[in-house]
Amino acid sequence: MREMIKMIVVLTILCSFSGGLLAAIRNGTKDKIETQQLTFVKGPAILAILEGASNAPIDDRFKIVDQGVERNFFIGVFDGKAGSVAFESSGKGFSGDIGIMVGVNISDDSIVGVGVTTHSETPGVGSKAKSDPSFVAQFKDKPLVGSFQVKSDGGQVDALSGATVTSRGVSVALTDAGAIYERLKPQIVEKLKVFK
Amino acid sequence: MAKTIAQEFTKGLWSEIPPFRLVLGLCPVLAVTKTVENGIGMGLATTFVLVCSNILVSSLRKAIPNKVRIACFIIIIATFVTVVELVMQAYTYPLFLKLGIFIPLIVVNCIVLGRSEAFAFKNGVVASFADGLGMGIGFTLSLAALGAVRELFGSGTLTIWETPIQIFGPSFQPFTFMIEAPGAFICLGLMLCVMNMTEK
Repeated sequence: MREMIKMIVVLTILCSFSGGLLAAIRNGTKDKIETQQLTFVKGPAILAILEGASNAPIDDRFKIVDQGVERNFFIGVFDGKAGSVAFESSGKGFSGDIGIMVGVNISDDSIVGVGVTTHSETPGVGSKAKSDPSFVAQFKDKPLVGSFQVKSDGGQVDALSGATVTSRGVSVALTDAGAIYERLKPQIVEKLKVFK
Repeated sequence: MAKTIAQEFTKGLWSEIPPFRLVLGLCPVLAVTKTVENGIGMGLATTFVLVCSNILVSSLRKAIPNKVRIACFIIIIATFVTVVELVMQAYTYPLFLKLGIFIPLIVVNCIVLGRSEAFAFKNGVVASFADGLGMGIGFTLSLAALGAVRELFGSGTLTIWETPIQIFGPSFQPFTFMIEAPGAFICLGLMLCVMNMTEK
């Protein structure tokens, strides 16, 4: 009995010490990590999607609260008109969430570009969703409405070979992005009017 | 344990160098050594975890009940791995992205758990520190060497501080298989072979 109590006490103390330490470090590095993510992960994706925009999309961003979640929208100005926005959504991949950035042209609801931002997929297999530009290129100019599904599920998306789960995750994220866009379009249009 | 502190340190560098002599922790060894830089980064992260967990395990070894020692080791190791993960995210973000899932997987790296179980739980703090540091540096050097060979033949470059340096001329045809999984096994096998030959 005494031994058992000792085991429980030791494990409890260790765990709480560990939890406290991690919470402290997490707090200390939170801001730094956010900046790093914006520059290294989302930055390139945003700039690639809104390529040729005459403004700086990362600086010209606005926030809309959607169902309790604050979402960042990045504005792209083309031909002197703020006609495109890029925003993030995510879907479940093979290991953890896959975050994607979707750029959409608000005049005809077509996809300007898609880029994978954060993921923890298997390097060399699922990670191709990010490293192989031909995968996300297939979404360009498609309308951002309805649901996206990989071909083996009866949809229209060409899956990455060997990474069906990852491709499914990206498709789910795109479907979600479509839903978010549909919900928030009036607000986005309002914000863009103000921006002009 | 008649060994001196210096011996505890140096054994990790050659006579018990982790991936080659102990043939432990091969998962990250084979997976991340596509470039020198990845190898060094992974090695340093593992070294940090090894040293910290060895110190903590050896200083708590009298308090930890024998029956739950593995659970305690894992808590300690997992804590330090998460520390590494957060710090890497905050300061060396591009490297963190390249190593990806293999950073959290240090938790289940046999070398780290193996040193806690086989060494730190039975030895003093200073000896455990020397052991962890030696093993960690040995691991880093092995990963760097493996990464250097694979990168050199697999892509004809050596990456240091984010800049790939071309070693061979532009006419060099890289042996692409060297940066894929089979190349990792073959390369590790050949290096093991050379090490065993020098021993004889």
